[in-house]
Amino acid sequence: MSHRRDGWMDGLADGDVEALELRAATLARVEGEGGMRVLVRDGQVSDVRLDIYEPPRFFEALLRGRAATEAPDITSRICGICPVAYQMSACLAVEDACGVEIPEHIRLLRRLLYCGEWLESHALHVYLLHAPDFLGYPGAIEMARDHRDAVNRGLRLKQAGNAVLATIGGRAVHPVNVRVGGFHRLPRTGELRELRAVVATALDDALATVEMAAGFDYPDFEQPYEYVSLRHERDYPIEAGSFVTSSGEAFPVAGFPDRVTEEHVEHSNALHARMGGGTYVVGPLARYSLNADRLTPLARQAADRAQLGPTCRNPFRSIVVRAVELVVAAEEALRILDGWAPEGPAAVPVPPRAGTGHGATEAPRGALYHRYELAPDGTIVQAAIVPPTSQNLASIEADLRGFVQPRIGLDAEELTRQCEQAIRNYDPCISCATHFLTLTVETDDTVGPG
Amino acid sequence: MSGQVEVQVEGQVEPQDRRPSLAVWKFASCDGCQLTLLNCEEELLALATRVDIAYFPEATRAVVEGPYDLSLVEGSVTTPHDAERILEVRRQSRRLVTIGACATAGGIQALRNFADVAEFTAAVYAHPDYIRTLSTSTPISAHVKVDFELRGCPIDRGQLLEVLAAALQNRKPRISAESVCVECKRRGNPCVLVADGTPCLGPVTHAGCGALCPSYRRGCYGCFGPADTTNASSLSGRLVDLGMPGRDVVRVFRTFNAAAPPFATESTRQEAGP
Repeated sequence: MSHRRDGWMDGLADGDVEALELRAATLARVEGEGGMRVLVRDGQVSDVRLDIYEPPRFFEALLRGRAATEAPDITSRICGICPVAYQMSACLAVEDACGVEIPEHIRLLRRLLYCGEWLESHALHVYLLHAPDFLGYPGAIEMARDHRDAVNRGLRLKQAGNAVLATIGGRAVHPVNVRVGGFHRLPRTGELRELRAVVATALDDALATVEMAAGFDYPDFEQPYEYVSLRHERDYPIEAGSFVTSSGEAFPVAGFPDRVTEEHVEHSNALHARMGGGTYVVGPLARYSLNADRLTPLARQAADRAQLGPTCRNPFRSIVVRAVELVVAAEEALRILDGWAPEGPAAVPVPPRAGTGHGATEAPRGALYHRYELAPDGTIVQAAIVPPTSQNLASIEADLRGFVQPRIGLDAEELTRQCEQAIRNYDPCISCATHFLTLTVETDDTVGPG
Repeated sequence: MSGQVEVQVEGQVEPQDRRPSLAVWKFASCDGCQLTLLNCEEELLALATRVDIAYFPEATRAVVEGPYDLSLVEGSVTTPHDAERILEVRRQSRRLVTIGACATAGGIQALRNFADVAEFTAAVYAHPDYIRTLSTSTPISAHVKVDFELRGCPIDRGQLLEVLAAALQNRKPRISAESVCVECKRRGNPCVLVADGTPCLGPVTHAGCGALCPSYRRGCYGCFGPADTTNASSLSGRLVDLGMPGRDVVRVFRTFNAAAPPFATESTRQEAGP
């Protein structure tokens, strides 16, 4: 079977040329199915690729002919780790197509639900997927033998996130309460009271997480990333905003398809996204670096204590930024719970009309863009979805290149393990990355800058 | 699996350790059902002392060689490679339990079964020739013997724990096969179909979620697939009486369990028209 771990490396002898292949046939502790291959020849990294063999599921194709109101529930099934991100971007895109703006209390409830997803997803990644790399364990269960308190803290944070999702959304995975225009029902006061106590504990745990992550050892490695993130007029970007980049561009969500092209490469069932022809990065590092002035008060203090500075270009420190974002999510959830005084219905009507709508929100892994073209009766004519991991794939490969080159002399098994850690810096969600439509179809071997 | 024997990593079980071994496999899916296992936050570490988590790449790098006492399989079969892989998984598994709508009914990706997959591929990918996919998405039971099927999109955490407990105790899982409608009545919800005229698949949908949607004032949308005895055509008639266009009746049966026979039959019948 090719679907196996062959061991962490295979040394290749190719005539008298020194060659080394670092390989993980199945990447562990990532969401979805992928493998990694780094080839070194004559002391130079000659080839790097992430093999994405997660089977394609053709969401953009199967959305055609469905009702726009079905988009949140159908697209949430792209990813069980970040279903709320899909629901929120889908709702915004459909509401945009229909020319409807949602009232503030619905925006806040969406933000609260989304905070639950950030807590759940970031706690999963920080504690169960990434921390074992820094502490030298194959997984969190093995790590718990020596670091029981830390793992319990991570599980408690994750549970708090799930409690927010279940209270507001009905269940943790694929919440049922979200609809285009708002929610099926508003939460009850008693439900929110119970939730508040859970989230207050989560805030303490999140602060302890920043302290833990700041104490890890990090490889000395920085990259000249182009960062792309949403930015909101007042808040740290989660469920709303328009795009900004580290090279100083700013554009509305509707401008995304004009700037981003997706390339279909042979070794991958996921497309690689490029902006203006170049690679770029979305996710915690991008959000933090472009919105450091929007951090919540305790998150700002925690970031300062962790010596994060105004920007962070060491991808291995993304675990610290994720921890800071756990604080943001807990603080924001508390702020919304404490100020909750809904004025208005659970949902506003969204009468169908012909048109095209765009929606983007900040999934835990970065900006998630949806576009729908609707017929007059609200039937989806075309759908396009650009998930965060596809936007990061080219940068992950570039990181591996840059990371391996000065470390070729290291023990191959150890270097392979560090490469896997470098991939996990991005918390790649391969399940997400495997289903989307080209925004611009490439011709010959060149991709237009759009 | 072949090849795994050379891998020596921390966390490997001692030879004298007789804990039953657990493997978690992923096919075409969203990861949500295996995430449900990690969502057992309070039980996870205790579970790890009772079973040897031998293959679960989403959670650990450590790999223990098969065979495995219990395999949980998430996802449907959609590629030639996966059609081969599931045979090997079965050979390595004493007991094989499918988790979720993809593994049990083909999932949302089984909508391709009602369409032209070549056209789907061309719609999504610039180079359809790079993509190897089957024309259908099929449940695991279409390929190998399955010992138990756990329903849901996603599965329910409590039901998953019951499946694990049953495997540890070497008994059949106690999972009710009634409809969501029965769960809903027991919960004391007002009927959304009768009281509000909201379309609801509760009468034909397998129990397991605890009648979640009606508790949120929404009709059931069929995450757990068809109940054991269903009368889908009778429900269709009721939906049409409520004013639902035929096209929408087709849609409500064609979601995450579209290829489950009672739902597939009914949606095809509705598509053909009266």
